[in-house]
Amino acid sequence: MAHLDTTGKLAILADAAKYDASCASSAAPRRTSLGGTGVGSTGGSGICHAYAPDGRCISLLKILLTNVCVFDCAYCINRASSNVRRARFTAEEVVGLTLDFYKRNYIEGLFLSSGIIRSSNYTMEQVVRVARMLRQDHDFRGYIHLKTIPDADPALIEEAGRYADRLSINVELPRAESFPRLAPEKQPDRIEATMGGLARRIGEAKAARRESRRAPLFAPAGQSTQLIVGADGASDAEIMSASRRLYESFRLKRVYYSAYSPIPASSSLLPAAPPPLLREHRLYQADWLTRFYGYSLAEIVGSMRQGMLDLAADPKLVWALANRQCFPVDINRADREMLLRVPGLGVRSVGRILSSRRHRTLRFEDLSRLTRSAERARPFVVTADSHPGQSLDGPMIDQPRNASRVPEPARRASHHTGGSQLELFAA
Amino acid sequence: MRSNRHQITVRLAAADDRVGWREAARRLDQAEIDPADVAWLVDDVQSDLFSGRPGEPSATPVAVNDKARADVQQPGRATASSALQHGRRVPRAFIELTDAMLLHSDTGRFDLAYRLLVRLRREPALLAVAADPDVARALRLAKAVRRDQHKMKAFVRFRKVTEPTTGSDVFIAWFEPEHHIIAATAPFFAGRFSNQRWSILSPQCSMHWDTKCLQRSCGAQRSDWPTQDAMETAWRTYFASIFNPARLNERAMAAEMPRKYWRNLPEAADIPQLVATAPGRVASMIDPVTEKPAGA
Repeated sequence: MAHLDTTGKLAILADAAKYDASCASSAAPRRTSLGGTGVGSTGGSGICHAYAPDGRCISLLKILLTNVCVFDCAYCINRASSNVRRARFTAEEVVGLTLDFYKRNYIEGLFLSSGIIRSSNYTMEQVVRVARMLRQDHDFRGYIHLKTIPDADPALIEEAGRYADRLSINVELPRAESFPRLAPEKQPDRIEATMGGLARRIGEAKAARRESRRAPLFAPAGQSTQLIVGADGASDAEIMSASRRLYESFRLKRVYYSAYSPIPASSSLLPAAPPPLLREHRLYQADWLTRFYGYSLAEIVGSMRQGMLDLAADPKLVWALANRQCFPVDINRADREMLLRVPGLGVRSVGRILSSRRHRTLRFEDLSRLTRSAERARPFVVTADSHPGQSLDGPMIDQPRNASRVPEPARRASHHTGGSQLELFAA
Repeated sequence: MRSNRHQITVRLAAADDRVGWREAARRLDQAEIDPADVAWLVDDVQSDLFSGRPGEPSATPVAVNDKARADVQQPGRATASSALQHGRRVPRAFIELTDAMLLHSDTGRFDLAYRLLVRLRREPALLAVAADPDVARALRLAKAVRRDQHKMKAFVRFRKVTEPTTGSDVFIAWFEPEHHIIAATAPFFAGRFSNQRWSILSPQCSMHWDTKCLQRSCGAQRSDWPTQDAMETAWRTYFASIFNPARLNERAMAAEMPRKYWRNLPEAADIPQLVATAPGRVASMIDPVTEKPAGA
């Protein structure tokens, strides 16, 4: 291997890390560098310091320690049998890059992962060493997210949790039966056992912190995982069920969905065509509905067709169209639960409606001051001065925000859906 | 226009003089002055078109004692709530709302905030009525300011300069905000980079941190920003490498990182080329010469 300088390694080891969708820097405890000797602060909702031309947030320095890997997972660019160029950072190089980037305000911190080298323990040790150097030698108080290697020594995981704000292990395959074929060295039950251990430690540390402010932290920003969409044939319904189970079993902060993306020299075990990116987006929307909007998984799955979310319309609109008997909703009387089901109304708009209507009766004009997407909501709501039945001439169900993300054919389809919907409220 | 009716003119020290506004608003409110009778003016050298002559570039030191350190960690809070304490009580939501909206570049912001304060007397629940036109406008201004502050925290880019005489490092950034947020957002950077010396220069005012004190000075020019930093090659390499050409989505990128910021982001110089070469890179991945999917 020709000699690579740090920037040369960075090109390889950032490229190797980009299939991990997570770049969040949120949920860390509030801290600053005041009174310390180094740099860094955390707290609040996280900051995206740049956006790549793929529209993804760049918040952390997201790299692998090395892309050398003894595993041979078919979907992974770093699998043992891939002919990708290999590199390995020294711990000092990672520490230096993290601090130099951080001091210039490029990043919120470090997200460090690694290919499996030699053994789980050896790999985890290398990852933990970087975090230890940052925290102890440099008093680094920015965000640290560490990938946890399943089956690593609990003492190492314990140490990782002391330095890291977030820990994660990627499940990757929604179907347990896909592992032998696509990720032969990975054992889903071992992965889940490790995740269970993390969940327990995170919970214990949280409880201890409630008793005493001095109790040691353990991954205070929680744990997350990732599922690949479109690599193993799992339907959206299967993916959502897998995700629900993971959320519930391990109290995850986030399940990320990552549409399987073409990689150089891909394996013949994988589908030739990648799934549409819109599919990933729809899964996030549906995930949000079940976590913040009060929809049950059964309701979402029930409005799917053959286990798949509609690419042409967002799942909230799909549910509304399939449950027309629930609409129109009276903005001045409906409860929070029902207001949250109105396409176009988000959690914040609903909060504003509820507090405003205690003091005045809301007309449509008021609604348009409360939310930017009042027009989207119009066909689904009754206000003091408007009823969808009264204004059925124009194209009623427009979804400008969604439509802008939808490729051309899908957008046409969604207008079509909107059009066919009009008669319903005319009755 | 009722402007000829104005009987009282309040002169604020700067476009972001929230403390001055609160002090004046408290006195006006105690005297029950009608909002329509007040004209708000800013004496700020940078933004007052009528002042005529440029002022001396005076640096205003802001001492950081223990209490101020707490303010650094909780920007605005402590000073904000005390300013109106001597007068009548106002809802906490009003303090939080005006903390943000008074930094907006909209020239009507002081007037709007005072009108809200006066209306709160008769309508104590006013701020809960987001459908009220005054409240809706104030919320819109506050939201725009918070977004601008968030983007400043995200898009400030420091360049390191080593002073030849002392050999010590200073990190210098240039930022062009939409609203008057530089001073109000500086405590965030003091909390984050408390052990490094830095300056954030901007057209409206500049803020400096010497590891103990925040200082304010007058506006600067883009040419005052150093033109390079040794780490930018690595940063641009990272930006290019973390990008997945198979997911090209310029619209999503530009929605969160609007073009107006690009000229001060070193990595943005590479965007056109990354976008242009993306399709070719993807084609070579999907149609690999090395390994043809068997049986596909």
